[in-house]
Amino acid sequence: MNDIPVIISRLTESFLLNCRLFALTLIFSLPLGLVIAFGSMSRFYPIRWLVRGFVWVIRGTPLMLQLIVIYFGPGLLSLAFSWPSGTNGRFIAATVAFIINYACYFSEIFRGGIESIPQGQYEAGQVLGMTKKQIFFNVILLQVIKRILPPVGNEVITLVKDTALARIISNKEIIMMAGEYTNKGLIWPLFATGIYFLVFVGALTLLLGWLEKKLGYFRT
Amino acid sequence: MPILEVRDIEKNFGTLKVLENISFSLEKGETLAIIGSSGSGKTTLLRCLNFLEKPDKGSIIVNDEVIFDAMDPTTQRESEVRKKRLHFGLVFQNFNLFPQYTVLKNVTLALELLAKERPDYKQNKKVILEEIQEKAKYLLSQVGLSDKLDYYPHMISGGQQQRVAIARALALEPDILCFDEPTSALDPELTGEVLKVIRGLAERNTTMIIVTHEMDFARDVSDRVIFMDDGVIVEQGPPEEVFGNPKEERTKQFLTRYNQK
Repeated sequence: MNDIPVIISRLTESFLLNCRLFALTLIFSLPLGLVIAFGSMSRFYPIRWLVRGFVWVIRGTPLMLQLIVIYFGPGLLSLAFSWPSGTNGRFIAATVAFIINYACYFSEIFRGGIESIPQGQYEAGQVLGMTKKQIFFNVILLQVIKRILPPVGNEVITLVKDTALARIISNKEIIMMAGEYTNKGLIWPLFATGIYFLVFVGALTLLLGWLEKKLGYFRT
Repeated sequence: MPILEVRDIEKNFGTLKVLENISFSLEKGETLAIIGSSGSGKTTLLRCLNFLEKPDKGSIIVNDEVIFDAMDPTTQRESEVRKKRLHFGLVFQNFNLFPQYTVLKNVTLALELLAKERPDYKQNKKVILEEIQEKAKYLLSQVGLSDKLDYYPHMISGGQQQRVAIARALALEPDILCFDEPTSALDPELTGEVLKVIRGLAERNTTMIIVTHEMDFARDVSDRVIFMDDGVIVEQGPPEEVFGNPKEERTKQFLTRYNQK
């Protein structure tokens, strides 16, 4: 049971949960963040303030607390809705909490990026007869992506490590797994988890650097 | 029949009156130069023509069609404004090229997007896109940039960027091409090459409105001159008159200051 290869394979297996949570959060929170960004820039003020209030609440409370509220909230409030029972339910609840939390952070980065594009770019598109949608997707978006890549990279790297918070609602991610050994008096698996995160973040750093280089062909 | 008629345009920014009683007309093939000191409303006037600002009063008529009337909301519908804009082209002071696209793509982009709205686009996609490429290449050769097609905007000089912007505006074949101080962001060395291109357009009877601080150029190239001050047209007429024999005191003062430089 305490063989090194067995421990490593169990750590690796539990790290896959971190990876899954990471990937799902990114896939859904990036587009959701864009929608929230548009909401927070809406010229219809009720929407704008509603969205900004929501972002304030999400950014203003710990992700750990949000995980607990989202997972236990429906049951405690006796809502009709409830999470599926067991491992699945815990994972889905964690994913939802992560997506909402990260979407809010991304939305502020997007908003900053979009607002930093000079008005002249919009006007050039307008006088060339483009629609608002065409201007956004054909002219603005890529310039925004180039500008926000460094701060988005920061968030993405933070997300890798935040996935460990999922253990608060009993998702068996890598730190929780290592903790089981710590409780039995074996400390090295906990230290070993650091290597998993380091390697993952290392690969991400390379990828982000490559992307930045890819977008280096033009200047905004 | 004038190609453009501007009637009684007025524009306020809050309580600040930027344009008042602006009326003039332009014949097809004419070049109109608008001069005046900074803050006199020249740029705002161009922006009104291009629907980048909405006048508070007045109307704009192109080819006998009322394309804007402050009193008539039906002329201001968002969906139609986009098409109406195409009567005008605008070359900006600071070029506003799209940095992520090559010189060629900067010129073709709007045409490609417009072509997508054509009913026969799907069937003839290849031919249509090829035509657009050819047209853009031709226009870029006209402004002397055939060797820069694959360059990105940051790789070429300001003068070259402005010439790309001119080709980009020409690509949509506007009835009236507007220039908003096209050489103000350029050093004197690069100013010449841009002015040469504009002069060429004037010789080929392109209908143009040029807001400029280049007095010698305005005098040379224009068929008519408008002098603006404080949001009103102080004087308008042929360049020989406005420059050679100004009637208004304010015009004289302005031109004297320029001649001293």
